[in-house]
Amino acid sequence: MSASEPTGAQPAPARPRAAGAAATIRAGRQQACRPYPRFLLEAGQWRGLVVALRDDPTLELLGLWAEAGLVHAAFHQPNEGLLLASVAVAERHYPALSPVRPGAIRFERMVHDLWGHVAEGGTDARPWLDHGRWAASAPMSARPPAVTTPPPQPEFLGAEGEGVHQIQVGPVHAGVIEPAHFRFHVQGETVVRLEARLGYLHKGTLALMLGKSPRLAARFAARLSGDSTVAHSWAFATAAEQALGVVVPPRAVLLRAIAAELERLHNHLNDWGAVCGDASFVWPQARCGVLREGVLRAAALAFGHRLMMDLVVPGGVARDLAPGGTAAIRAALAAVAQELPGLQRVYESHASLQDRVVTTGTLAPALAAAFAAGGFVGRASGRGFDCRKLPGYAPYNTMAFTVPVQVAGDVDARLQVRMAELHQSLALVESLLARLAPGPLKLDLPQAGGEGVGLVESFRGEALHWMQLDDGGLIRAVFLRDPSWLQWPLLEAAIEGNIVADFPLCNKSFNCSYSGVDL
Amino acid sequence: MLWPRLAKALFSRPVTDAPPAVPDVVVEALVQRLEAAGQARLGRSLAIRQVDCGSCNGCELEISALGNVVYDLERFGLKFVASPRHADVLLVTGPLTRNMRQALERTWACTPEPKWLVAVGDCATDGGVFKGSYAIEGGIGEALPVDLVIPGCPPTPTQLLEGLLALLEAQASG
Repeated sequence: MSASEPTGAQPAPARPRAAGAAATIRAGRQQACRPYPRFLLEAGQWRGLVVALRDDPTLELLGLWAEAGLVHAAFHQPNEGLLLASVAVAERHYPALSPVRPGAIRFERMVHDLWGHVAEGGTDARPWLDHGRWAASAPMSARPPAVTTPPPQPEFLGAEGEGVHQIQVGPVHAGVIEPAHFRFHVQGETVVRLEARLGYLHKGTLALMLGKSPRLAARFAARLSGDSTVAHSWAFATAAEQALGVVVPPRAVLLRAIAAELERLHNHLNDWGAVCGDASFVWPQARCGVLREGVLRAAALAFGHRLMMDLVVPGGVARDLAPGGTAAIRAALAAVAQELPGLQRVYESHASLQDRVVTTGTLAPALAAAFAAGGFVGRASGRGFDCRKLPGYAPYNTMAFTVPVQVAGDVDARLQVRMAELHQSLALVESLLARLAPGPLKLDLPQAGGEGVGLVESFRGEALHWMQLDDGGLIRAVFLRDPSWLQWPLLEAAIEGNIVADFPLCNKSFNCSYSGVDL
Repeated sequence: MLWPRLAKALFSRPVTDAPPAVPDVVVEALVQRLEAAGQARLGRSLAIRQVDCGSCNGCELEISALGNVVYDLERFGLKFVASPRHADVLLVTGPLTRNMRQALERTWACTPEPKWLVAVGDCATDGGVFKGSYAIEGGIGEALPVDLVIPGCPPTPTQLLEGLLALLEAQASG
């Protein structure tokens, strides 16, 4: 895709004037949202935004969600930060963004299924989270209509050609893994098309959070995706703190970051080993299992829970580092540091393993950019976005670390990025521990209204949380966006042309969250 | 090189933990239920099929950890199998979402008798924090008869191992 400058009017006689997309958003009425502004656009302005987005590929769509009567979208302006835009829903309809931002497709399907708002001109109107099994459809709308018909058969996108046949997998899989249905169209051994159908894990998380205080609702954010419980809890807490103008004590900030880096370490170790295991090369997986177990036990000793669930709460952290915690963390990480170089050498020196991972599951950089893929999926395909760096947040904005980027986009590149990130995290934890000084852990939150956004880098990519509090300090509207929203569609692209037997390898190298997007 | 590392591992102490003690009360209760049901003895081995019915994946992380060399599940005769048709036990997590109910029921129907159903985690017990949601049934027991509950959010691998060993002991003495 070609990058065009976001400034200046381009001649476009047959359609509205194409201003820069960011400028189009800023022309709306600014709402009180912190730290990133939200602009309420008239329907005409929103249509202008669709045109501007088509002409201006630099403004990245990070998320789209809704509440009764409104649809919200979050955009990222490279090097500038986030920009939020909203439009009122008119007679259940709003102009779709999916024709100009393919990442919007699944959000639009989700918004329809939860709130009943229809994306006018959208490129895919099939249901997503709603499998026809709830008592009422559009359960988050003002008056959800009762469902009286049996669940419909799902529709899948087709593929035609000589010898093309289908393989249906799931929702119950062969391994210990979350449920989803994968519909493969294959020709011989080659995957022609993959389509994932998710939604099996939909728990109604967003609806459960409404009317609760941020402190009470934090346990839902902590259980959006268990493997990123720290990052999601942190993003959620940040949104609440921003809404209320609360500044967290320094010790709590450092403890949050220590927990977040331990989480990155245990997940990277797990997946790095598991990808090798999926290529039937089990030694690295066995060693990574031991190292990861060491990290989890250190986390349990230091923070009282192996996955560090419910540690990060709005206002600070729930628990202090236990006595002996620092030593346990240092010992576990020393073991990891000692073994990583050997693991990498074994990985690189075995042709049977390299043969499986190099040039397998390649994600083209143009696609990663078009979908604004975050995390190691984006960074292995040339998109070097890491929200710890830019826009940046405490304590990372005062720390030295690099963001590894590769361009090959294959399974190998994703593993290389994760190995490099393991080294970065080891160093980060060490300097975070060294900075710890005694101090308070938590502040009480005022019972007041406000609106805030939290952006925190999970091991998968940026977790983006938004919330609006009413005057009593209770949640009026909320959205928790896992990074997997923008990575799942790319897995479908990356597997194309690969053999079916490499799907587990490709899937694990992405490791998208199922629960995180099923809400 | 890999070979020197493998050779070294042969002569070093194993990293595998000692097995946890099995609570007598749990075994006793399970033995009685097994006898009451008059089910055939399967021998000291259980094949397990895991089914996620709405978990946040925290339970799956800890269940997966059972397979690492530190917990080494297979030394107890416990192993995860790829199909419910090969399984003695369904290990089920999550508050049972409405979208997963039918898949779970079909998986259970595919599992040959005699079979056990173990609900893992607070969500599987009664819906956990998701209690009251429009999208869930509120625990695995809402759809199928549960033989054993292993609570926790998520239960640790050691707690999971205790529960599964109790099941194994009950089966061996049944």
